[in-house]
Amino acid sequence: MHVARYGKQRKIVRRKERRGYLLLPFFPPDMFSTKQSCWFIRKVVCWRAAASNAWAVLLLLPITAVFVILSRFSLLHPIQTISECTSLLTSTSAIFSFILLCGVILMVGFLNLEYYTVIPTVACSKIALLGQLLHPRQFVNSLVHCIMGIIMAWCCAVTIGGRYETLSYHCTQSDGSPQMCLNEYHLILLLAGAFVGLSHSLLGVIYNMNYVSFHTVKQYKYLCFKGSLLLVVKCSATQALYSVRNYIVVYFFLGYIPRTWMCKTLNLHLSSSVHPLDSITGLLDLSLLYHLWISAAFLLFTWYITLLLFRIFVTEVYSFPVQSSFPEDAHHCLPKVLADKQPMILKFLALQDLALLSQHSPSRRCEVFSLSQPGGHPHNWNAISKECLSLLTDLTQRLVAHHDTVATNGRAKSLSFGSERKTSSETSVTSGAEDLMSPRPTLLMKTPTSVFTRSIAEGSQSMLTSPFTPDLDSPFASPGLRHLIAPIDQGSPWYGTVQSPHVMRRAPKLWSTSTDSQINGSPLPSSASVPSPKKEPSKPSLLAQFLQNRKEQLPEASSQALFADSQAHIWALEGLSYLVQASFSEDQFGVVQTTLPSILSCMLVLQEAVDRHFKLPHASSKPVRSTSGMGDSTYKTLRFALRATLKTAIYRITTTFGDHLNAVQMSAEHRKRLQQFLEYKE
Amino acid sequence: MITGHTVRTHEGSTLKMCSLALFPPPLPRGQTTLCEANNEMLPGTDTQARLKHDSSALSLYFPRESLKLHSRTEISSKAAFLDHSETLWMRSATAWRDGGFTGLLNEITNSHTEVPKWLTVSSGCILALLRWVSSFHGSLYPHLTLSSEDMIAEFSQVLNCATTPTLKHRLQRSVAAVQWKPLCASALAVACQSCLLVWHVDPCSLSTRPSSGCAQVLSHPGHSPVISIAWSPSGSLLVSASPVDTAMMVWDVAAESCVPLQRVGGGGVTFLSWSPDGSHVLASTPSALFRVWETRMWTCERWPCVKGRCQSGCWSPDGSRLLFTVQGETVIYALTFTDAPAGVPTSTSKGPQAAAVVADLSETTFNTPDGDIIVGGEIQSLAWDPRGERLAVHLKGDSQAADRPAVIAVFKTRTNPVFELLPCGFVQGEPGAEPRLMQFHPNFQHGALLTVCWSTGRITHVPFYFLSAGFPRFGLSSSPPLPCLQERPADFASHSLFTELIY
Repeated sequence: MHVARYGKQRKIVRRKERRGYLLLPFFPPDMFSTKQSCWFIRKVVCWRAAASNAWAVLLLLPITAVFVILSRFSLLHPIQTISECTSLLTSTSAIFSFILLCGVILMVGFLNLEYYTVIPTVACSKIALLGQLLHPRQFVNSLVHCIMGIIMAWCCAVTIGGRYETLSYHCTQSDGSPQMCLNEYHLILLLAGAFVGLSHSLLGVIYNMNYVSFHTVKQYKYLCFKGSLLLVVKCSATQALYSVRNYIVVYFFLGYIPRTWMCKTLNLHLSSSVHPLDSITGLLDLSLLYHLWISAAFLLFTWYITLLLFRIFVTEVYSFPVQSSFPEDAHHCLPKVLADKQPMILKFLALQDLALLSQHSPSRRCEVFSLSQPGGHPHNWNAISKECLSLLTDLTQRLVAHHDTVATNGRAKSLSFGSERKTSSETSVTSGAEDLMSPRPTLLMKTPTSVFTRSIAEGSQSMLTSPFTPDLDSPFASPGLRHLIAPIDQGSPWYGTVQSPHVMRRAPKLWSTSTDSQINGSPLPSSASVPSPKKEPSKPSLLAQFLQNRKEQLPEASSQALFADSQAHIWALEGLSYLVQASFSEDQFGVVQTTLPSILSCMLVLQEAVDRHFKLPHASSKPVRSTSGMGDSTYKTLRFALRATLKTAIYRITTTFGDHLNAVQMSAEHRKRLQQFLEYKE
Repeated sequence: MITGHTVRTHEGSTLKMCSLALFPPPLPRGQTTLCEANNEMLPGTDTQARLKHDSSALSLYFPRESLKLHSRTEISSKAAFLDHSETLWMRSATAWRDGGFTGLLNEITNSHTEVPKWLTVSSGCILALLRWVSSFHGSLYPHLTLSSEDMIAEFSQVLNCATTPTLKHRLQRSVAAVQWKPLCASALAVACQSCLLVWHVDPCSLSTRPSSGCAQVLSHPGHSPVISIAWSPSGSLLVSASPVDTAMMVWDVAAESCVPLQRVGGGGVTFLSWSPDGSHVLASTPSALFRVWETRMWTCERWPCVKGRCQSGCWSPDGSRLLFTVQGETVIYALTFTDAPAGVPTSTSKGPQAAAVVADLSETTFNTPDGDIIVGGEIQSLAWDPRGERLAVHLKGDSQAADRPAVIAVFKTRTNPVFELLPCGFVQGEPGAEPRLMQFHPNFQHGALLTVCWSTGRITHVPFYFLSAGFPRFGLSSSPPLPCLQERPADFASHSLFTELIY
């Protein structure tokens, strides 16, 4: 139950975190229902975002200059190119389009601030991913990106000039009468901007581009930026190449639609003397391809730079005071801030600061170990250790719950079906999956997944039972997808027969369990021979089948989702272990001694849970290393980082205290475990 | 005289300089150093006789030739089997895969009978141009012209050692350095020719040959051969260096991600050493330049040397003092770092302005009953014990000349009232054995314990018994009980701590 509450809390936190700060007409109204926001967002995060935006706008000028030179460069007349470029850069149209570009950059910066997250959204299945893509929030994002892409492409068209410059031009009809014709070169560039913007937005969801990760290697912002600049150039160039390739294919097949629509609405004509561009000869124009590519690269590069700057600025270390002499500042202090659930970024930065102060700063550690002036209570240490321990306990419970779900299903599998359909609540609780299994044997099984895939599916898809469901903006949360689910629920044979709330709660899991009916190795009777006492297996709808096929699990996704916010746990572990280590010599009043048993037992229990989790299949398999791309894939390896940090943290305590730990009260089991650490046998 | 960060001899400073002339004479031939007790190095004579006695241990001795790995490269063996009837395309593809762009150009240039003449000529021209560019680059940084084996031999801290085939991996070739992860019982980082391997070996596992699935492969394009590695003392990060890559990699091993720290000057990084308190990293380059990185914000200080490159270095336990040696010089320099005021997160630690010479190890002749022995000269490596009381200096000597043996000179170090090195004695092995590797035990209760790997394949532990004069450390015994010193030295041999492990 406690675990379930955690999931809800996270949801609330995320919704509040994303509250809007600028009013935009196309944002859903519920985002602005409450206007009060945290002091930290107002005073720190917003300023950091503004600073990053300011830098991005400043950098826009040289980037644009480089783009102008590259787009108009001709090998034969280099000097002429340069003089043309300088005259262009000082013209009024260039200044106007530059102002437009600045507006777009500011908008991109605002979207970064609005959509960023420190906990990635891991889609456990393809259907969940689809749900994310179709989410209204995402739809708004895509739309805005499309519009911005068009604006930027228009600026590009004006800058490149020549045949791209205007949408229409004067032409003569075959009978000699003058009229306005559509300039398809201009149109193709505008549409390319829209396409690249859309694909950028969609790829952002797939690769979690809005995820902001905290690096273990801290560098100054300038060095960090300089180090990543080459990567950004490479990323934008390759991504532009792929986008342009896809765009050309799309335009080749569907290009006539926007062209005729444009002609109709603007009352333009198509010149008969010019080839239409959606033909092979039209598209195999090297200069056109080059201009499409360089425009797309320019667009992506400016956006990526904005994103990069935002990430660098927002993850910068923020130093919170440990204690304040003024009571009105008390809520800015580390112990208070750590306990805040409100904006996740605040909690993360506070934990990061805790981890750093525990390692590097003796004077601040001293404040942590200090006693309150009247009364002599170690309030600081108590608050900090309590918060860290509760974080770790949360993770332990999540892991145990996950493992229990898996274990339950593993047991259910071994039972023969039909025998235990007693509709007793006990059965439905322990083996809800089993209930669902027998009546639906006709479903096709697409992938030869293992038994364990099913188990993982179990754990991660029933979003109500398992609080660690990654898809907080999941398809099930969106009303559109609920409609898709509903018919399946009703069509399924057990609908209405099992009244147990436990089973009802597990409704979304239906697909995953039914897919598994063939894998688990039990001899599968044909539908006729199923001893189903209550009903005939009904044929699932086509839609259900389609959805189910899309439902196959992405491997190790549930593991990633489980550890999605583990950066917080890593910092908590580091902070606690360093503080405990420092307390050996620095803690004058022995305040750490009182909590040492609970810290040790908490870590050991977590260690056990993590070890058990890593015995699951897929949990210990390494993710494929993504070669390039702006998406941050740090979250994929957080579980390994957590495991390593946990072990190091326990070793840090045991090597510091050595045999003194024998005086610490703990259960025999934990003592045995700790002894292994003392003997370096873990 | 002192300008900027230039390393200069600091004449007339308050630091006292120690030289080898103050050392007690080395032991007579045939005697090996057993331990230090009561401020003397105690000799032992009858090691050979004792070895005969422990015949079971003797059988473990492998001649180094038998351990020599199969050294033939892939290309040479392939030449024997190459089917010459392959088409040009196939050969080009193979050349591209094996030798990259230059390989492809070579292939085209060599097969002039099959390709059009303009292609041969143009590829030949490009090849010549590439060679010219690389030779130009190589004249700036001469080490780049070495082959990777030579490079490892040149820059590695280890002289000419063989590896044992306990952990085998396809990519594990030309191992230059190994290091265990601190605060972990099971992770071992191995610097290989093409990549970095991190082995995760379960200490309780019964299998003697862990499979290659236990190894994590960390590689970055352009970062090979990896020649030096260093774990952070907290065990979270790993830095690796390659003499051909100007960037030093900081690896987050669990996440398998790396941050390249690029600094152009120097042309590569050859030696890394992380200070025991985790605050600084020494990174020396193949040129007369080394850097000291500060690990909170990863900024660095440049230290140009006058003569040669920084050969080796070691940190005091509190990370405030760096001792290093420069190739071509026979002195030990010291740098002192004072920490920044605590609590200010962004300030870097303020470094010193110049390095001071703390010891002179120029050649000194000792008169022994067996004749004169010359000790001193170039320094191969340094090691400082975790308490900061003993400093072991590996003197290279001359393996050809019998009167210039390679020895380990041990200094006592004192930080109060001024930092100084005091002579302690020499650690010698059997006649003809040269030290290859040495390291102090991280957690020895009674003083310091130096483990030396000799060229005969033997490993000896040399304990130094002393009472720690410095600040109390985290170790449990602030005053280590001295072992019974009344015992005759020969009895020490039976003690389990310093049995000679034959290899």
